Amino acid sequence: MTELPNSTDRKMGLVIDLDTCVGCHACVISCKGWNTENYGAPLSDQNPYGGDPSGTFLNRVHSYEVQPANGHAQLIHFPKSCLHCEDAPCVTVCPTGASYKRAEDGIVLVNEDHCIGCGLCAWSCPYGARELDLAEGVMKKCTLCVDRIYNENLPEVDRIPSCVRTCPAGARHFGDLGDPGSDVSKLVAERGGMDLMPEMGTKPVNKYLPPRPKDQIEEQIDILAPLLAPVAEEPQGFMGWLDKALDKLPGGAN
Amino acid sequence: MHPAPSVIIFTTLSGLGFGLLFFLGLGQPAVTGTVAFVFYAIAFGLACGGLLASTFHLGHPERAWRAFTQWKTSWLSREGVCAVGALIVMGLYALGAVFMDSYWTLLGWIGAALSLATVFTTSMIYTQLKTIPRWNMELTPAIFLSFSLAGGALLAGAESVAPWLLAIAGAVQLAYWAKGDKALETSGTNLGTATGLGDRGAVRAFEPPHTGSNYLLREFVHVVGRKHAQKLRMVAFILGFALPLLLILTPVQGFVIKHVFAALAVLSHLAGVATSRWLFFAQAEHVVGLYYGKR
Repeated sequence: MTELPNSTDRKMGLVIDLDTCVGCHACVISCKGWNTENYGAPLSDQNPYGGDPSGTFLNRVHSYEVQPANGHAQLIHFPKSCLHCEDAPCVTVCPTGASYKRAEDGIVLVNEDHCIGCGLCAWSCPYGARELDLAEGVMKKCTLCVDRIYNENLPEVDRIPSCVRTCPAGARHFGDLGDPGSDVSKLVAERGGMDLMPEMGTKPVNKYLPPRPKDQIEEQIDILAPLLAPVAEEPQGFMGWLDKALDKLPGGAN
Repeated sequence: MHPAPSVIIFTTLSGLGFGLLFFLGLGQPAVTGTVAFVFYAIAFGLACGGLLASTFHLGHPERAWRAFTQWKTSWLSREGVCAVGALIVMGLYALGAVFMDSYWTLLGWIGAALSLATVFTTSMIYTQLKTIPRWNMELTPAIFLSFSLAGGALLAGAESVAPWLLAIAGAVQLAYWAKGDKALETSGTNLGTATGLGDRGAVRAFEPPHTGSNYLLREFVHVVGRKHAQKLRMVAFILGFALPLLLILTPVQGFVIKHVFAALAVLSHLAGVATSRWLFFAQAEHVVGLYYGKR
């Protein structure tokens, strides 16, 4: 049913560290790799080797430039996937009941056998977390790797979402954000974890850790530089004569 | 938003069809027999044709029956329930008018209410979306309802109310455009809130996630044709409201010429509403575009 649960026992989700993410897109690839051959329909590509390739992805990494009023611009890599919102508009708009939020762990999923592919859930999502698979005609979204996190056939170390397992920078964390004592909740409290588009009232479970403040670059950071400065700004002696002589040749000084 | 032809055809035709059913349900025009059959055929043709068109954009139309189940939360589901309810009730009412020469008034009123409710629920599918500020306004249901009533009155030949309803629909249209143009700006959503980085400085989309396009960009970021928006607004307003008003207010004599003028008014109105509906989609900015530095 597309009624949202009043509360969920746990709030499983991701914490993404914008300070640490290096923008390597490994999470994008591992997500596609795992999810194209496990839960639900494959993540199809259209014209993958042609002139206008496109395909279904559940996780994409943007890059943004932030220019403060004073100081240098900063580049921030920004992975984005389903935020498993507490007040998920994508669930309540669904006409068929295919879209639902689980009461036990808060994961938002699509029952692909009931999805009619109307696309309204994707319209209602401010984050672009849902993509209609063109080959299958059903809505695809991040499942928080529901087929990994409880999968007892996998070694315990692998029972986390594929993107988290893969991230070489340790920029992605997985856990119960409903439990204030969990590692992820502590991380969010410590680093001032934030919501995306809080004005939309979706109450996202996933949190983003803002970049830490950067060191200020001083005027002179290289102590050897003064010793390597040119001795004479204007060439003297033979070099001075050569410089002037060359200037006089056709073509002139520039 | 991508102006999908199926959705434009659906909202335009079914809006007109249910508008006509509303007036027929109220006994306007009071017709029976063959004339009633023609009126109901037009109304059902428009309403059902529109509903059928709306299934063309589904990934799995064969599962469409499931869309009647979630009326508790989903406006799309409520629309389906209301539409089928309106068609069944008005179908029974039409049987009375066409074959039995009788008006089952109460049934007609229920059918009229359901017809209007269908148009309202359609409008709420768009109005509920906070992600599209240009649709998330009270004027959106006003647009759908006033267009449907004006078109219905035109088709029903309700000469006393049609000019007023056309004028109201035209005014609502102008108000919608004026307010809609400021909707995204006043919504408070921008790349700063989208990334949560806005309090650090000016945020700019530096690099998209991929070099090609994707579903999100095709569906939500439609920029082609927006440059002609002002011209198309003129076309929509003149064809949709000004010209039909002129045609039905022109005093003409004779049965044939009167019907020709009325038919022209309906066709002009239909073309105007379709243009307006195209703009309704093409000009709507989804906030997900912000993540891509687009709108």
